[in-house]
Amino acid sequence: MREVRAAEVTAAVEQLCIEACYDLPDDVLASMRAAGEREESPLGREIIDQLLENAGIARRDRVPMCQDTGITVVFAELGQEVSLVGGDFYAAINAGVRRGYDRGYLRKSVVGEPLFERKNTGDNTPAIIYTDIVPGDKLKLMVLPKGAGSENMSTVVMLTPAEGIPGIKKLVRETVDRAGANPCPPLVIGVGVGGFLDRAPLLARRALLRKTGAPHPDARVARLEREVLDEVNALGIGPQGLGGRTTALAVHIETGPTHIGSLPVAVNLQCHAARHAERVL
Amino acid sequence: MKTITTPVSEQMARSLAAGERVLITGTIYTGRDAAHKRMVEALDRGEGLPVDLEGQLIFYVGPCPAKPGQAIGSAGPTTSGRMDAYAPRLMAAGLRGMIGKGLRQPAVVEAMKRYGCVYLVAVGGAGALLAQKITKAEVVAFPDLGPEAIHRLQVENFPVFVGIDAAGTDMYAEGVAKYRRM
Repeated sequence: MREVRAAEVTAAVEQLCIEACYDLPDDVLASMRAAGEREESPLGREIIDQLLENAGIARRDRVPMCQDTGITVVFAELGQEVSLVGGDFYAAINAGVRRGYDRGYLRKSVVGEPLFERKNTGDNTPAIIYTDIVPGDKLKLMVLPKGAGSENMSTVVMLTPAEGIPGIKKLVRETVDRAGANPCPPLVIGVGVGGFLDRAPLLARRALLRKTGAPHPDARVARLEREVLDEVNALGIGPQGLGGRTTALAVHIETGPTHIGSLPVAVNLQCHAARHAERVL
Repeated sequence: MKTITTPVSEQMARSLAAGERVLITGTIYTGRDAAHKRMVEALDRGEGLPVDLEGQLIFYVGPCPAKPGQAIGSAGPTTSGRMDAYAPRLMAAGLRGMIGKGLRQPAVVEAMKRYGCVYLVAVGGAGALLAQKITKAEVVAFPDLGPEAIHRLQVENFPVFVGIDAAGTDMYAEGVAKYRRM
């Protein structure tokens, strides 16, 4: 067994929160630049230029690119030969979130209870944490701060198997069309197909961790990704929903086993601030 | 490109046309979900608002905390639609403009036409850039709401587009129609 200390987890999560909010990943920037060159709408190009400038300011001045620094979603892949010592694992992650949001001057956007008082917890905890036990002696931590603007426009639907691929395309198209300007396009669209009511959104969420525009390894899924992207970009919504070709930068589809009678599909919209950062301990 | 200074007259608000680029200089107020709920609850009780909104602009934003040396942290617009339930009440109380991003409900547009109010949109997600146009920020109401408190901001050449004008013309609808290929 290899030991990993809780304090190391906290320090890594702290840094990942800050890094994710200050440094838009290079693959997102490259994808946005390429979209700017293709964009037909002059206003759309102007908006993409403004977003690239904004990302540059954030990186240079060490400030958040967007004020909605999100709920902190943390994916942990815990090697089964890792022994966590010196504290509670989830407490260590939340301590990292607390410190990162404090020291990084990030906005605290979590209410402790959703219905009555909706009181801000004041430190952006608790994080939403998913843990997978995997072979090996490493701990991989992935931090994805997710804002509400795009999350509020996301959806999960139980399609029937008969609805199939056309049904999936229609659902993504309608979700993006209904969302319009609200989720801050250009988007990255995570689609989860399969699992059950609970698993499909998680597949869609995980799809957002992929490098922007990297195709699915299964050629059939990769083709579907390209087709859905073309359909979405034909909607004309464009940057910030003000019209144009670039409604989405990429569509990432993840699939999983499901019931013989079901076709669950989740569409997780991600704004252009497609933030995520990861580290292996 | 037009420049407007606050407070804004009804005549000025009605002169702005959807799609126009506007730079705002002067004082604006922040407010989002929780502050709107409290303001409308105050009106329901027959009380006054914590700030006089006559001729004023509300920016739908919950900024990040300021780093040392900054007036304010990153401060881009939030989704305006969540304020739709409250916006007409504030327009009736004198609100002249809203700064946000995203779509609005027909009831909001009807109120804009009636009261002479304009919907301005800033680029969502450009919070680091927009913060540079804010020179001063102070909390003036609901400090317990943290980032959702009402702040008074001093802005200089704050860049926006006219999203929906006081005649009801919607820049979103027109822009999308132009590029739709379906």
